[in-house]
Amino acid sequence: MSVISVANLSKTYAGGFRALKDISLDIRRGEIFALLGPNGAGKTTLISIICGIVNPSAGRVTVDGHDVVADYRAARSTIGLVPQELTTDAFETVWATVAFSRGLFGKPANPAHIEKVLRDLSLWEKKDSMLRTLSGGMKRRVLIAKALSHEPRVLFLDEPTAGVDVELRKDMWNVVRALRDSGVTIILTTHYIEEAEQMADRVGVINRGEIVLVEEKAELMRKLGRKQLTVLLQKPLDTIPDSLAAHRLTLAAEGMALIYNYDTRGERTGITALLGDLNAAGIRFRDLHTTQSSLEDIFVGLVSER
Amino acid sequence: MNFRAVRAIYVFEMSRTARTLLQSIVSPVLSISLYFIVFGAAIGSRIPQIEGVSYGAFLVPGLIMLMLLTQSVANASFGIYFPRFTGTIYEILSAPVSAFEIVLGYVGAAATKSLVLGLIILATAGLFVPLRIDHPLWMVAFLLLTAVTFSLLGFIIGIWADGFEKLQVIPMLVITPLTFLGGSFYSIDILPPFWRTVTLFNPVVYLVSGFRWSFYGISDVGVGLSLAMTLLFLALCLAVVWWIFRTGYRLKN
Repeated sequence: MSVISVANLSKTYAGGFRALKDISLDIRRGEIFALLGPNGAGKTTLISIICGIVNPSAGRVTVDGHDVVADYRAARSTIGLVPQELTTDAFETVWATVAFSRGLFGKPANPAHIEKVLRDLSLWEKKDSMLRTLSGGMKRRVLIAKALSHEPRVLFLDEPTAGVDVELRKDMWNVVRALRDSGVTIILTTHYIEEAEQMADRVGVINRGEIVLVEEKAELMRKLGRKQLTVLLQKPLDTIPDSLAAHRLTLAAEGMALIYNYDTRGERTGITALLGDLNAAGIRFRDLHTTQSSLEDIFVGLVSER
Repeated sequence: MNFRAVRAIYVFEMSRTARTLLQSIVSPVLSISLYFIVFGAAIGSRIPQIEGVSYGAFLVPGLIMLMLLTQSVANASFGIYFPRFTGTIYEILSAPVSAFEIVLGYVGAAATKSLVLGLIILATAGLFVPLRIDHPLWMVAFLLLTAVTFSLLGFIIGIWADGFEKLQVIPMLVITPLTFLGGSFYSIDILPPFWRTVTLFNPVVYLVSGFRWSFYGISDVGVGLSLAMTLLFLALCLAVVWWIFRTGYRLKN
C-alpha cells in the first residue's frame, strides 16, 4: 500500500526551466526508498513539492491519502524533512530549535521525546550549545532531530550524509534503520551509492526531470548487474591467441591475467565455453575470481544512456 | 487553527529581540530621546506654542509615530527576510501552518515590539515634556493599528527583498522622508496652500494627525479621515500579503 502517491507531476520554474516532467511515483508504506540522480536531476524539486516548499505546475501528490495542496495540514503533519543544505539558526540552542520545530507542527511540548531524539543522535551533551558553535556534522544531526521532533510517519532525507564522516554516517544509518523498524517510511536522496546499496528497499533513478527507473534494489542489481571474471594465469601471455577472440578478452597485470565480461541477464554466461577454450589453447590458470557491478556502475550506466 | 505554531513563531521572534536588547530597544529609545532634547527642550523652547500645546509636547505623537513606522517595518522585514536568507524558511513552509498563522506569528511579534517601544518612548517623553492624553483608548487604537499595518508592510518588504540593500531601500528612501514631511515635526497648516495640498497625498499625514488628536484633541485632518486612511492602508497591505501566499511569490516558486 502506498503512503505517497505522485501523479503526473510537472514543475516549470519562473525562468522556464523544466525541473520535473510528468512524474508518477508511488512510495510504499514502511519502506526505505532511495532516489538517485545526478545534480539538477529534479530530486530536491520533487521532495520540495511533496513537502509544500515549492508549488507544482501540474499534477497531484497525496501523502497518507491527503492532497498536499488541498489538505496540506494533514499531509504535512505526517512528514519530517531533513534538507540538503545545512540551514540552521545561528543563535538558538539545540534544545530551543528542536522544541521550536515540534511547536511549528502543532504538537504539545514533550521534553521526554525531545530528550530521546537528542540522545539517539548523540546530541544530548550539546543541548544547551548555540547552533553556530557546532560542527557541520553536528548541525546535520540537529536537522535530523528537528525533523523527528514531531514524530513524523514519513521522513525525507535529502542527501543526509553529505560531508559527514564515516562514523557519523553509520550512526545515522542506525537511526534510519530503527525508524524504519518502527514503521516510518523513509525517502532518501543521496550521492553516496553505497548508502542506497546498504539502506534501500527500492531504488528510483531520476534524470533530467524524469523517473528513469523504479525497482527493488536486489532485483535491480540482479537484472542489471554485469559481472567480470578475472583469470589469473600461471605464465604470462604476450598476446591473446586467435582461438579465444570470440570471448573478447582483455589482457591485464602485465600478461598475468585475462579479463572476461559477462552479463548475468543472458541465458548463457559463456564461462564454461571460455574455460574449455582456455584448456584447449593450453593456457593454465592458478586462480579466478568474479566481481559484480555496484549500484553506482548501474546508475552511471543508466544516466549516461540518456 | 495551529495555535502552537503561531506561538512558536511569536516566541522565537520575541526571543530574538530579547537577545538584541541594545539594538532593539535601547538604540531607538536613545535616538528619540535625542530628538526630545534637541528639538523639544533646546530649540523647542524658542518656538511658540501650536494651538495651545508647547512645541516639545507637540512633537511627542509625531516622534512616536516616526519610531513606530521605522521599527515596525525594520522588525517585520528582517524577521521574515532572515529565514529566507539563511534557508531556514524551509521549515515554516513545510509545516502544517496556514499563511494567516505565519503572518500572525511574524507580524504579531513585530507589532508587539513596536508597541512596547512606543510605550517606552511615551514614558521617556514624559520625563522631558508635559504630556496630556485626551483620548487614551483612541491613542492605543492608533498605536495598535499603525504597528500592525506597518509590520505588515515590513513583512511584504521582507518577502520582496532579495538582498540586504533592498531591505533598507523602502525604509530609508520612502518611509523616513514621508514621515519627516508628514507633519511629525510641524502642523501642515503652516505650509503654503499648494504644498499643503501635496502633503495630503502623504499617507503618514493621516497617521500622525489622528495620533496627535488622541493626545491633544488637535489635528491637521479630521480624525474620521485619519482612521479611514489607516484602515485603507491596512486593507491594502493585507491584500498584498494574501496575494503573496496565493501565488507563492518569492516563497514557493
